Amino acid sequence: MSIDDAVPIAESSRLGGAQSAGLVRPQAFTFAEPPNEMELECGQRLGPVTLAYETYGQLSPQRDNAVLIVHALSGDAHAAGWHSPDDKKPGWWDIVIGPGKPFDTNRYFVISSNIIGGCKGSTGPSSTNPRTGRPWGLAFPMVTISDMVRAQKALVEHLGVRRLLSLSGGSMGGFQVLEWAVRYPECVASAIPIATSARLSAQGIALNEVGRQAIMADPNWAGGDYYGREPPKAGLAIARMIGHITYLSDQQMHAKFGRRLQDRQSFGYDFKTEFQVESYLRYQGDSFVRRFDANSYLYISKSMDYFDLPARRGSLVQAFEGVRAEFLVISISSDWLYPTYQSKEIVKALKANLVPTTFVELQSDYGHDAFLLPNAQLNDAVSGFLANVLRRVRGGGHGGQGRANGA
Amino acid sequence: MSALRKRPTKLRLDYELIESLIPDGARVLDLGCGDGQLLADLIERKGCQGRGIEIDDKAVLECVQRGVPVYHGDMIEGLGFYRDAQFDVVILSQTLQQTMDPPKVIHEMLRVGRRAVISFPNFGHWWVRLQLLLSGRMPHNRLLPYHWYNTPNVHFCTVKDFREFCDRQDLRRVVEIFLTARFQRVTHILANWRAAIAIFQIERGRENMG
Repeated sequence: MSIDDAVPIAESSRLGGAQSAGLVRPQAFTFAEPPNEMELECGQRLGPVTLAYETYGQLSPQRDNAVLIVHALSGDAHAAGWHSPDDKKPGWWDIVIGPGKPFDTNRYFVISSNIIGGCKGSTGPSSTNPRTGRPWGLAFPMVTISDMVRAQKALVEHLGVRRLLSLSGGSMGGFQVLEWAVRYPECVASAIPIATSARLSAQGIALNEVGRQAIMADPNWAGGDYYGREPPKAGLAIARMIGHITYLSDQQMHAKFGRRLQDRQSFGYDFKTEFQVESYLRYQGDSFVRRFDANSYLYISKSMDYFDLPARRGSLVQAFEGVRAEFLVISISSDWLYPTYQSKEIVKALKANLVPTTFVELQSDYGHDAFLLPNAQLNDAVSGFLANVLRRVRGGGHGGQGRANGA
Repeated sequence: MSALRKRPTKLRLDYELIESLIPDGARVLDLGCGDGQLLADLIERKGCQGRGIEIDDKAVLECVQRGVPVYHGDMIEGLGFYRDAQFDVVILSQTLQQTMDPPKVIHEMLRVGRRAVISFPNFGHWWVRLQLLLSGRMPHNRLLPYHWYNTPNVHFCTVKDFREFCDRQDLRRVVEIFLTARFQRVTHILANWRAAIAIFQIERGRENMG
């Protein structure tokens, strides 16, 4: 999604490779048809609701091997494999999903779900408002992380899965993971939140707001009613550039770009793109506007701002009271958007609730986006954790480790 | 801190004795749990509920492979995450001498756990005394494999020191086990001379053993 542009695709992950999920098919599930619309947290009703998803691997006859993958702000349901032989890149988390990979599709039935409010095949502000026959725009109701997760629950049930073996996601995906574990404790055997937090920090809200203001300051945004016309490309590109800075680290930016100039030997003393880091950000911004809807960016970033598990029940310890999943909490040493201390707050509250919790801090200079890059520590932690969860769910060994009487 | 991560496996033979001190089904926290072997054994053989704290990146991943829930980070910080009396036993195996603040660690162990099992190399062992006396150099052997300049061991003590510490802190010494460098058990007679390794089980309260 970001610096992974520079990461070569392993031969085994190429289409036809031994570790590739292969050719995969985008799918969609529609529910909440009127008059049974989905009641949203904001009080409004939404329906029908379509959720884009993909699956990799096979659901076991006991239906006990399903793993849900949820994505971050700008992600989509295409997490692994290839849509066509002509694709330049596989799905966004292909490095960990596939045969023999940590989310091993030979062992697990992996479901990758999109979110409502998005623009990647699910119902969102760019979808058609059934009442007007025109795109929703800002008439689309505000959706929250809870709403996204409740829609995913409908999808998971539709796929015949009553209890997820595990679910995982990074960043805003981690919000969804935590929400699932709190909202549906009986349906989640284990959870792997990565580089995330139990509530978006003031810094996180601030950065989101700058991105939103950039979009809304673009004259082409037109109060969100730009469909069929020129979209607010400049605003959305700036939002993406800001986002990208937060996904990297100081060390990584220095290592990747330094002060090197782009396609020139000396300063031009003008405001054209001169530095490589400028060129990189502009490229990221420009390529993003081709694949993402500005209104979805507004809605999804707002849903992140609203996410606050501790506030819901008075404290995070209380919010986790009903949790029954075991946890693998992962943070990244150089992540300044979701710093390690925020993961430790999650760990602390889980431990206070006697939830079996493993915490691992990935040692990486790549910043927040490190979970999207090849990382042996991440691979080993996820594969080891999942194997043990599957063993326990199937009744083998390590009895009495659960939270009921656990430590 | 990297030196303290590479504990010789042989030291882990005191595992068996520590294991014998843990009741079936106990809730156990192992500080500096290394690769999680002791906890995995306790979970598997005794039906214990085990948790670990370990700072080393690689060792943490080995714990995950073994299915042992582990906290990756500093011991004092990790202890702070637990509530009072959340464990039956808290273990500190061959690590006391490497902690920056032993009284704090022991206090925290007995806050989150009802009892503490602590094993450490005895600096009062005759060989250690002899080495220092005769060679005039810092003791260096199989159990103490470091040099003065690279040792992670910052708080060595002797059996006598530790007993005095417990007594002054009003800690009850419930069990004392002494081992030679070859992990043979020795009696309590002249233990501070003869034991290369000491294992103490302590609880809060007075009424010490003799």
